[in-house]
Amino acid sequence: MIELLSAQSGPAFPVLNAIIIVPALGALVVVLLPNSRPEMMRPIGAIFSSIAGAMSLYVMAQFSGHDPGFQFESIQSWIPALGINWHVGVDGISLWLVVLTGLITPIVLLGVDPHHNPKPYTAWLLLLQAGSFGAFLSLDLFLFFVMFEIVLVPMYMLIGGWGYDDRRYAATKFFLYTMAGSALMLVAIISVATLSAGDQGITFNVIELAQRQALSTNTARWCFLAFALAFVIKVPIVPVHTWLPDAHTQAPTAGSVVLAAVMLKLGTYGLLRFGLYLFPEASVWSAPTLATLGVIGVVYGAVVATMQKDLKRLVAYSSVAHMGFIVLGIFAFTTQSLEGGVLQMVNHGLSTGALFLLVGMLYERRKTRAIEELSGIQSAAPIFAGFFTIVMLSSIGVPGLNGFVGEFLILIGSYDTRRWWTIIAATGVILAALYLLWAYQRVFHGEPTPADEATPDLTLKEGLILAPFVVGIVFLGVYPKPVLDRIEPAVNGLIAHIENHSDYERPNPADPVVVDHNQSSKDDH
Amino acid sequence: MSLLPLVGFTGPSIDWWALLPQVILLGAALLILLVSALAPQRTSTSFATATTVCASVIACIVAFGLWNDIKNEGPSASIASALAVDGFSIFFTMLVLIALTITALLAHSYLGREGIDPPEFHALLLCSAAGAIVMASANDLIVIFLGLEALSIGLYVMIAMHARRPEARESAMKYFVLGAFSSAFLLYGIALTYGSTGSTNLIHIRDYLNAVVFRDEHLLMAAMALLLVGFSFKVAAAPFHFWAPDVYQGAPSPVTGWMASIAKAAGFAALLRIFFAAFANYDADWSPIVAVLAVLTLLVGAVMAILQSDVKRMLAFSSVSHAGYVLVAVQSASASGTSAALFYLFTYTFMVLGSFAIVGAMGTDGEHPLDRYAGLGRSRPVLAMTFTILLLAQAGVPLTSGFVGKFQVIAAAVEDRGYVLAAVAMLSAVISAFMYLRIVMAMYVADDEVEGPSPTLHWTVSIVLIGVTGFTLLIGIVPQFLIEFAEDAVPVLIRG
Repeated sequence: MIELLSAQSGPAFPVLNAIIIVPALGALVVVLLPNSRPEMMRPIGAIFSSIAGAMSLYVMAQFSGHDPGFQFESIQSWIPALGINWHVGVDGISLWLVVLTGLITPIVLLGVDPHHNPKPYTAWLLLLQAGSFGAFLSLDLFLFFVMFEIVLVPMYMLIGGWGYDDRRYAATKFFLYTMAGSALMLVAIISVATLSAGDQGITFNVIELAQRQALSTNTARWCFLAFALAFVIKVPIVPVHTWLPDAHTQAPTAGSVVLAAVMLKLGTYGLLRFGLYLFPEASVWSAPTLATLGVIGVVYGAVVATMQKDLKRLVAYSSVAHMGFIVLGIFAFTTQSLEGGVLQMVNHGLSTGALFLLVGMLYERRKTRAIEELSGIQSAAPIFAGFFTIVMLSSIGVPGLNGFVGEFLILIGSYDTRRWWTIIAATGVILAALYLLWAYQRVFHGEPTPADEATPDLTLKEGLILAPFVVGIVFLGVYPKPVLDRIEPAVNGLIAHIENHSDYERPNPADPVVVDHNQSSKDDH
Repeated sequence: MSLLPLVGFTGPSIDWWALLPQVILLGAALLILLVSALAPQRTSTSFATATTVCASVIACIVAFGLWNDIKNEGPSASIASALAVDGFSIFFTMLVLIALTITALLAHSYLGREGIDPPEFHALLLCSAAGAIVMASANDLIVIFLGLEALSIGLYVMIAMHARRPEARESAMKYFVLGAFSSAFLLYGIALTYGSTGSTNLIHIRDYLNAVVFRDEHLLMAAMALLLVGFSFKVAAAPFHFWAPDVYQGAPSPVTGWMASIAKAAGFAALLRIFFAAFANYDADWSPIVAVLAVLTLLVGAVMAILQSDVKRMLAFSSVSHAGYVLVAVQSASASGTSAALFYLFTYTFMVLGSFAIVGAMGTDGEHPLDRYAGLGRSRPVLAMTFTILLLAQAGVPLTSGFVGKFQVIAAAVEDRGYVLAAVAMLSAVISAFMYLRIVMAMYVADDEVEGPSPTLHWTVSIVLIGVTGFTLLIGIVPQFLIEFAEDAVPVLIRG
């Protein structure tokens, strides 16, 4: 049924297809393993997951930093009757998210013990990895929608099966929120494909649809809104964020980490890839609103995080704030702000993912996450506190660590086009310092109770699990150039695409003559 | 009365080859009845089941041969244009035969477990199936009515077959009264159609409507309205769905599955052939009404489903909601909409038969509280996963056939510029999803002390579940061949 139509640019081996298929295959293998060997499940799953991760590193190594377009493209006919192809490709925007997905899943798979039913746990995590890869890599709207929706099932099962007390409510809320958002997106996907068909025939090919730009302004705006709704729920942006604290708090640690590091990125990535790329005019039209919502998210998330009594809930709300920054960066439409947005997606994955791991480890030791029940952990568990400090500082955005680079780029890039938004968002950095340092102070400093003093320190295994995160945090903070170099061509290409198809022009402070020239040419008319 | 007029009478030529599937089914029914009447001891259910399955498989092979004939020679009509032999009729013949096999296997386990083994059950099932096939292939309003009655009368008895259960009898009575009621609407509609067009033959009706401009359309409009009401009863579309939850709940689960799948599919087949093919010129008149019915059906089905606490009633309302999707496809009055409706009905049949098979395996008494499923994920992980897949397919989650079906329905609505309708359909999918997720959560999230039920599955039920789940996933991943099959099955009216 699926036949190879063409292997366009890239190597003969369709590595991106393999990246998606290997974890799915791994899930199948794990399901078929005998139940009598529960201890085998996670290592075998981790092997498949790591193979996919290694392939994502191979893609990163082979990725050409100068090409703004899609690389490693592969198209196979899937459902010819409906004009649907299996079409995958990677560019500078998706590359790092793929690498992030490839590295984080094996780490949490090995690092976080589910305590019961390791077989379905492993299988769901592998499916989650496969679906996330698929969502980041797909260049066909139908394929993207399939992947975007299918990742809900494993996450839903992980929250429902291995979550905490209120998991039933949280899992259902998570599923329904996301499904409600994507319901209208499906209508919009079909509308875009049908209305763009014209004489050339129906296609769901993202590149093709972005080039055609066949929709009338008004229709494109409606379709954009439907897409944006799906993505802002996923990001999430205030006021549709309420599923996130519940889902994060009730999810098992592995679920929280993958949710924060990978799945939230589907929202911001979707805004970039399908919002800005498919509907440049509508994106520019809606940018003030969405940027405002992003900034509201920054401040609101930070304020609410300050008030939290549960450490995990606090980290969840800090996610809302961080994702608000990314949204601001995306809708500022400058090279730096978009670069910062993409980089911040990776940063947030590393720092919030690590924070969830740390909170999970703390819960394993103390069976509580309530801030007021913890005190003076630092003296009992100094290494743990050290790791927590580094990750927390990265999340705050202290220079020298990765969070600073991303937030700084977003703020400096947005300042040109969205000055007041940027000024308000900048207060979010200060608020982040407030809520994280205050929480740290209450949990790690102070007088330890006997229970606190008995808290064991980090084990070697836990240290090894956290080490990759810390290495990434420091590396991106000190030397982000190799990453930014690969993001930049794609981002510039995207902005050029927006400029071509809307009346937006990126500000160019270095060359003010351009503005005058435009002014005079307009006067001539 | 003189015999003279009959001397010169020559009946219409009958294409027996085209009739063979129905004849095989009826022959098998007769065989079962004969053997059970003549055999010295009571015949076992196994014999009836085996005969039914064999007949179904042979009829399926014949239908496959007919399909190839149609591909080579084009569609035809037989018996004075009363029956059509086209892709549409073969599509539904195949569907009915597959559902017949599944229902026979499920009934085998049900009858055995309940200790009631009347061979009549399978004979009635075969008659009912033959009626459904006639209904889907009929090219004449009277023949459609005949098929419908054959389908329904078998069902009335099958519902009440479990004589010890009062709710089964109540359910059968309800279905009988409302079935008769809706048949009256249909007959009225047929009569008025005859009155305004002068024929009951769909080809004549279409030709007449193409050729004639009415000065006064009221009679035809009334005819169309009455036909729509009649079929809305049959397919359980809101606001004519009130019988469905009660009847579905009271009937034995295999019969419920048969009602929810084939009684519905046959109703839609007749509806599509009459409205899409014969009344095609008047789609501007009937399409908005169908759209309103679709919106009502989608929302009523979805909202009522989440208010239920009984799993069988939940699934009954969800089947109302699914009829809404098919109506969304029907209202687009386009070839792509019709093929979307066919695809949807085909895939939905598998999901609903599988779901009711599990419901049947979980218990046979009147009540099916959600609590009964608590902990199934722990005690029977494979069964729970099967049910989860079937439920998620009905919710329209990708990589299942349910998603591809919904996708095509939405695409048909969008092509027809029915954006609002498409949005309503998708939102109702979200509402229904809540109900499906409730069942899934009940299975997987249970308190630790809950033991979890462990129903014994008869091997026939296991086979059915493997089959329907495999099909649901297969079509979700590679739907191309079924889409082509459905596209080839869009009805065309051909003079015999």
